[in-house]
Amino acid sequence: MREELIKKEKLDRQVMALRVAREFQDGEMVNLGQGIPTLCSNFVPSGREVIFQSENGVMGYGEITLPGEGDLDLVNASGQTVHPAPGMCLFDNCESFVMIRGGHLDITVMGAYQVSEKGDLCNYMVPARQVGTIGGAMDLAFGAKKVIIVMNHITKEGDYRIKKKPEYEITAPHCVSLLVTDIAVIEVTDKGMVLKEYAPGWTPAEVQELTEPTLIIAPDCCEMTLA
Amino acid sequence: MPINKIVDSFDEAVADVFDGATIMVGGFGTVVSIPSCLLEAIDRKGVKNLTTVSNASGFGADIWKLQGAPFPEDMDILIRNNKVKKAIVSAPISALYVNNFEKLWRDGKIEREMVPQGTLAERIRAAKAGIGGFYVRTGVGTVVEEGKEKKIIDGKEYILELPIKADFAIIHAHKGDRFGNLVYRGTSRTFNPVMAGAAKVTIAEVDEIVEASELDPETIVTPGVYVQRVVQRPRPASDKGEIKDSQAKESLAKFGEDIKRATDKQRRA
Repeated sequence: MREELIKKEKLDRQVMALRVAREFQDGEMVNLGQGIPTLCSNFVPSGREVIFQSENGVMGYGEITLPGEGDLDLVNASGQTVHPAPGMCLFDNCESFVMIRGGHLDITVMGAYQVSEKGDLCNYMVPARQVGTIGGAMDLAFGAKKVIIVMNHITKEGDYRIKKKPEYEITAPHCVSLLVTDIAVIEVTDKGMVLKEYAPGWTPAEVQELTEPTLIIAPDCCEMTLA
Repeated sequence: MPINKIVDSFDEAVADVFDGATIMVGGFGTVVSIPSCLLEAIDRKGVKNLTTVSNASGFGADIWKLQGAPFPEDMDILIRNNKVKKAIVSAPISALYVNNFEKLWRDGKIEREMVPQGTLAERIRAAKAGIGGFYVRTGVGTVVEEGKEKKIIDGKEYILELPIKADFAIIHAHKGDRFGNLVYRGTSRTFNPVMAGAAKVTIAEVDEIVEASELDPETIVTPGVYVQRVVQRPRPASDKGEIKDSQAKESLAKFGEDIKRATDKQRRA
């Protein structure tokens, strides 16, 4: 069964970003990390106004521009040129991290290599190369009110990424609140990991098969609606 | 005598940089935020065993040339030319490919002190502000806490972080005047204003030097007191070949005249 599940069709990056963006509430300030998280700015639910902050010193930027079309002096943390949005403001790195560490950020969305049952986050040590790059990840994990992780549920080789205990050096202990993967939405609670949603075509039992810790099935656990 | 912090060339601006110096390098990741010409001048000077303080360790000029950057050098120029003994850095490598820093680090040819980005900024600010250190949550329970003093404040654990002091800070700004007042452009502020004033000598590489009265006092980001030297970038090299500094000033002046003439003509029409 496991071998089949490893190969079974999962959600793509765009859909994962769309699902994450549904968590953004009106008026919240959100920081988006590199990779799938930066895609989330394209999927803010209509009728909600969200402010995006980037650690390099901007709050209130809009969508990523088409390649070659933007101003190189207006980039997100990944170096992608972005459009300005109304109310945008600029500041230096010190101010940026005063915002991040001072608890002024509602949500940070980041990628990860591993997340443990207790919400320990491993995302700064590149496992294959055994070399790390901390960047803003640690400050964001410690400082934001809510840490949302978006990542593939298992590795390319089919190994667990959601572990009982972390294998890599951790970015921050007990910091993850919500996990959005290509097959599930999981909440990290004091009692354990709670399965809230599973991808269309999947079952809770199949999600469990690819997850090392035992999942608590939420009473209202349901299939993810993507329409 | 009027105050004048303007120096004529990049080589003159870094003339007193010495072997074993600690140098803060402003900017973030993308090259437009980085003092590229000052990095080149330090490389030309041939000093060795430097300790550098920067957000990233560079991607290398080749990548930025592909983007059409007129000043494509970043931290990589000092790394690849083996000028750096130790790098104090937040994001030393790229997830996408192996840079020169990673190669040297693997071979044990460069030392690394990796610092969370917010802690790096605050440690630099502490040096600038004359603060002896600060307690912070970031890093508690991780490798970052190793060897550091801890303290419980309001029931939560904090670690002590100390200031980072340096001999030189090289930074990039958009415009500067003879007092050393600086303004920046867009997201290219990053570490530049943070580092200004955090070292014994701060050298600012600017796109344009303007008359002292031209910068609006309400919008100056870096007050001149933090800056000792200001040096202007040459105009970007064109396909006619490189433009020398003095020629650049001439052509910039001419460009200004042309604009003025065109504007006057419009007004009259």
